[in-house]
Amino acid sequence: MRHIVIGAGPAGVVAVEHLRAFDPEGQITLIGDEPEPPYSRMAIPYYLINQIDERGTHLRKDAGHFDALGVEVLQARVTAVDTAAKTLSLAAGDSAAFDKLLIATGSSALTPMIPGVESDGVYRCWTLADARNIVRLAQPGKSVVLIGAGFIGCIILEALAASGADLTVVEVENRMVPRMLNDTAGGLIKKWCEDHGVKVLTSTKVESIDQGSGDRPLNVVCDSGEAIAADMVITATGVSANTGFLNDSGIDVDQGVVVDDYLNTSADDVYAAGDVAQGKDFSTGGFNVQAIQPTAVEHGRIAARNMVQGNHHAHRGSVNMNVLDTLGLISSSFAMWMGVDGGDSAEVSDPGRFRYVNLQFQDDRLVGASTLGLTDHVGVLRGLIESKVRLDGWKEKLKQDPTRLMEAYIARTQALGHNAYVR
Amino acid sequence: MLRALQLEPEKCTGCLQCEMACSFENEGVFNPAKSRIKVFNFHDQGRFAPYTCTQCDEAWCMHACPVEAIVVNQDTGAKEVLDSVCVGCKVCTIACPFGTVNYSHDSGKVIKCDLCGGDPWCAKACPTGAITYVDIDSTGLGRMRAWAQQGVPSAASFNAPMEKDVQTYGQAQ
Repeated sequence: MRHIVIGAGPAGVVAVEHLRAFDPEGQITLIGDEPEPPYSRMAIPYYLINQIDERGTHLRKDAGHFDALGVEVLQARVTAVDTAAKTLSLAAGDSAAFDKLLIATGSSALTPMIPGVESDGVYRCWTLADARNIVRLAQPGKSVVLIGAGFIGCIILEALAASGADLTVVEVENRMVPRMLNDTAGGLIKKWCEDHGVKVLTSTKVESIDQGSGDRPLNVVCDSGEAIAADMVITATGVSANTGFLNDSGIDVDQGVVVDDYLNTSADDVYAAGDVAQGKDFSTGGFNVQAIQPTAVEHGRIAARNMVQGNHHAHRGSVNMNVLDTLGLISSSFAMWMGVDGGDSAEVSDPGRFRYVNLQFQDDRLVGASTLGLTDHVGVLRGLIESKVRLDGWKEKLKQDPTRLMEAYIARTQALGHNAYVR
Repeated sequence: MLRALQLEPEKCTGCLQCEMACSFENEGVFNPAKSRIKVFNFHDQGRFAPYTCTQCDEAWCMHACPVEAIVVNQDTGAKEVLDSVCVGCKVCTIACPFGTVNYSHDSGKVIKCDLCGGDPWCAKACPTGAITYVDIDSTGLGRMRAWAQQGVPSAASFNAPMEKDVQTYGQAQ
């Protein structure tokens, strides 16, 4: 068997490891197009603040890891896939043949359609190479404008603020992290940022990035009429799946690569995993691009198994969830955090201390949650949601005090107390 | 032979000696808030439940880690956080469905139970035997039996009997 995995992020790396476990004899190639060893984009914010060196971002620390597994790592860009001939075309002009293929090409930062976005001094923060540029240029006294206050924007805020630069964040939606938190929690993050000296403009669109006058080379013009003189502009306005090379392959692509319950694409023997795959969602049973680390790992493992053993291992769907640290304020969201039709909810808020918990129920079960300032036992929210445990009387208790999550989980899944008859 | 923490809530009096011992041994302070084992208080029932990581085989935390900072200790079977590698991204804290990996603001890293390297202080500190460190094969069955026994009433109460028309036979209309 010749297995090729395109993409050296978490999904691709986990996949080659599992391919090797399931197929000790097979030939396995991992193709990535960046010059670095496989690394984690999750770790970039910590590289930006010098908490770790570049090696700290590497997915596998042992330099001989892939050699020891007998996995060939190739730096190349795949330009096309021929599903009938089962070959790949590479940018260098050569081709590679496969029996089973995994597409794990991830996603790329979108460049917003703003006049002047191609100017010098405008950067994305997506790759290690982007991160190096930002580290070099963000200096005390410089003016930095961050366009986009979504997950990526918020997670790099700390590094930018720590650099000592004057920071302005411009977000088109009415709140920060609109895809992860509601008005209350998003509003609290905004206030937190402002309290920490970051200027935040929500419901504001950048109209253009012009050449600046005077010391600052750039001038960011907003639809509010406000203009911000800047030394550097960073765009973080969303990502899109890397599917361009599949245009002529006949493989179905929607938001991402369309897959079935087995992570098999519309082409036989071709699978997809991670941020590029439109995989099954645990909560809805529908298919969407989640683009989160735990889902990428789950995909990688299941796809590898099905590639070797045939389509017998169904993916039951991943819980969409996120955890975010914005200048030290920690937020998280799980599954149907925005609520479901016919469901009900519980909420507790302490704005003065930046604490917030929101629980979403459907019938007798927890189906979603979002939190602010909660770091203890937060994973139990996933446990309550994914195990679909019936809350019984605990739903009422949670409605009175949404912080009693662990008690609810333990009481509903464990034998407790003197009636447990344990000798 | 691998051993595991056996937690028996029915023996727990809520004295919190385990939390004191854990925080002191692992963090150098007597501060239950920094303990990796936690006693949950069901005050309206007068019950207590000690709870910590079970070192589960699934190891969601370990697999979710993007930088290989959680590893298996081959001697104890514990999943241990390598402080020098952990970047503090917190993905493991949401990935663990048992809620037993916590982020520490002080260190900027995550903390979880590591069985104290094979000599867990919570078990040594527990005065009532609610926390014991025993052969891994002897844990679990008693708890499963107990849960099955107390699970029946709630299942039945959820499926209330349906109302039916009463049918009578052998009587002339």
